[in-house]
Amino acid sequence: MARITAAIASSHVPAIGAAIDNGKTEEAYWKPLFEGYEWTKQWLKEEKPDVVILVYNDHASAFSMDMIPTFAIGCAEEYQSADEGWGPRPVPPVVGEPDLAWHIAQSCILDEFDLTIINKMDVDHGLTVPMSLMFGQPDAWPVKVVPIAVNVVQYPPPTGNRCWMLGEAIARAVESFPEDLNVQIWGTGGMSHQLQGPRAGLINQDFDNAYLDDLTENPQRLREMPHIEYLREAGSEGIEMVMWLIMRGALGDNVKPLHRHYHVPGSNTAVGHLVLKPE
Amino acid sequence: MKQTIHEYLAEFEDIPGTRVYTAQRGRKGYWLNQFCMSLMTPENRERFKADERTYLDEWAMTEAQKQTVLDRDYNAALDEGGNIYFLAKIFSTDGLSFLQAVGTMTGMTPEDYQAMMIAGGRSPEGLRSIKDGN
Repeated sequence: MARITAAIASSHVPAIGAAIDNGKTEEAYWKPLFEGYEWTKQWLKEEKPDVVILVYNDHASAFSMDMIPTFAIGCAEEYQSADEGWGPRPVPPVVGEPDLAWHIAQSCILDEFDLTIINKMDVDHGLTVPMSLMFGQPDAWPVKVVPIAVNVVQYPPPTGNRCWMLGEAIARAVESFPEDLNVQIWGTGGMSHQLQGPRAGLINQDFDNAYLDDLTENPQRLREMPHIEYLREAGSEGIEMVMWLIMRGALGDNVKPLHRHYHVPGSNTAVGHLVLKPE
Repeated sequence: MKQTIHEYLAEFEDIPGTRVYTAQRGRKGYWLNQFCMSLMTPENRERFKADERTYLDEWAMTEAQKQTVLDRDYNAALDEGGNIYFLAKIFSTDGLSFLQAVGTMTGMTPEDYQAMMIAGGRSPEGLRSIKDGN
């Protein structure tokens, strides 16, 4: 049987991808940010997950204003890196896991989560930057990926509670997949940042650290947090953190934090990273 | 009691220096944002750079929207219904990073904005709510 064995949360700042692609990870500005991922890179080599269910948001790359799915699942064989305006990132194609993806899609729909099924899309920095942070620059990614794309661009995004419940439904779907697979679920985006308007540059370290604490200690508080609280406290793009609750919802009542990293700044953004194990 | 959609949306107007991307903004900015999406191919970026005005005139944008693009006035573009992830295609075409482009909306010099970020970013203190002044 397939099982969710662990979870990772991480920011997915585009400049992090550019720093990796341009060989800048050892520079003084970037070094402390990347050092916080070293533990996880080693741990992943031992854990050897077969598949990552990667929760992220598309940043107007695959989805324009023409179609805006709230929750979408990638069921394709392969995904290419999107051209976000400066050419595609030079990363390997992301290999899908259509058998598991379709199983999750079908199971979740019957479980009353009506996911949009995607058979063709390019994936942007939201998906590829976490891959680079965890796996570096291999010729081919060492895991297959089931992308879960969440709308956090056009308001309203889904509520925290809805994200949590989707995570629970994904966990039920994975548990009923007959193949023996070691599956991880990753929640990406955040932490506090605002990329627009005169208030741009907002960072709230107290909010972010309380969020990291409460993923373990008081997830119910996060589950009930209204959008306005993210906007006021963590900046307009801080709303991305709501996606972490899909990851957290998939892990059950209790989790054990294995690794934690927090660094300001990565470009305009507070970078947070957590590795969790279900208990 | 659960909030109504009207109460939910009204709160968004109470955040200083922030335009939340509501349905109203999304509708107003539809063509501006769709133009931005067109810059995701090298061919279109070249054509845009060669003659911005002609390229913009191919789109059903308002004159005010076109002017915000020509001026690279991103605060004005937000007011015209632009969304930052769409507008990012313009500054990426210009070869600017998010850090360089986002700073232009704050009234700070690029150096001061970069220094503020390295020093830990902008504090939310006093910037949470217009009404409450906190």
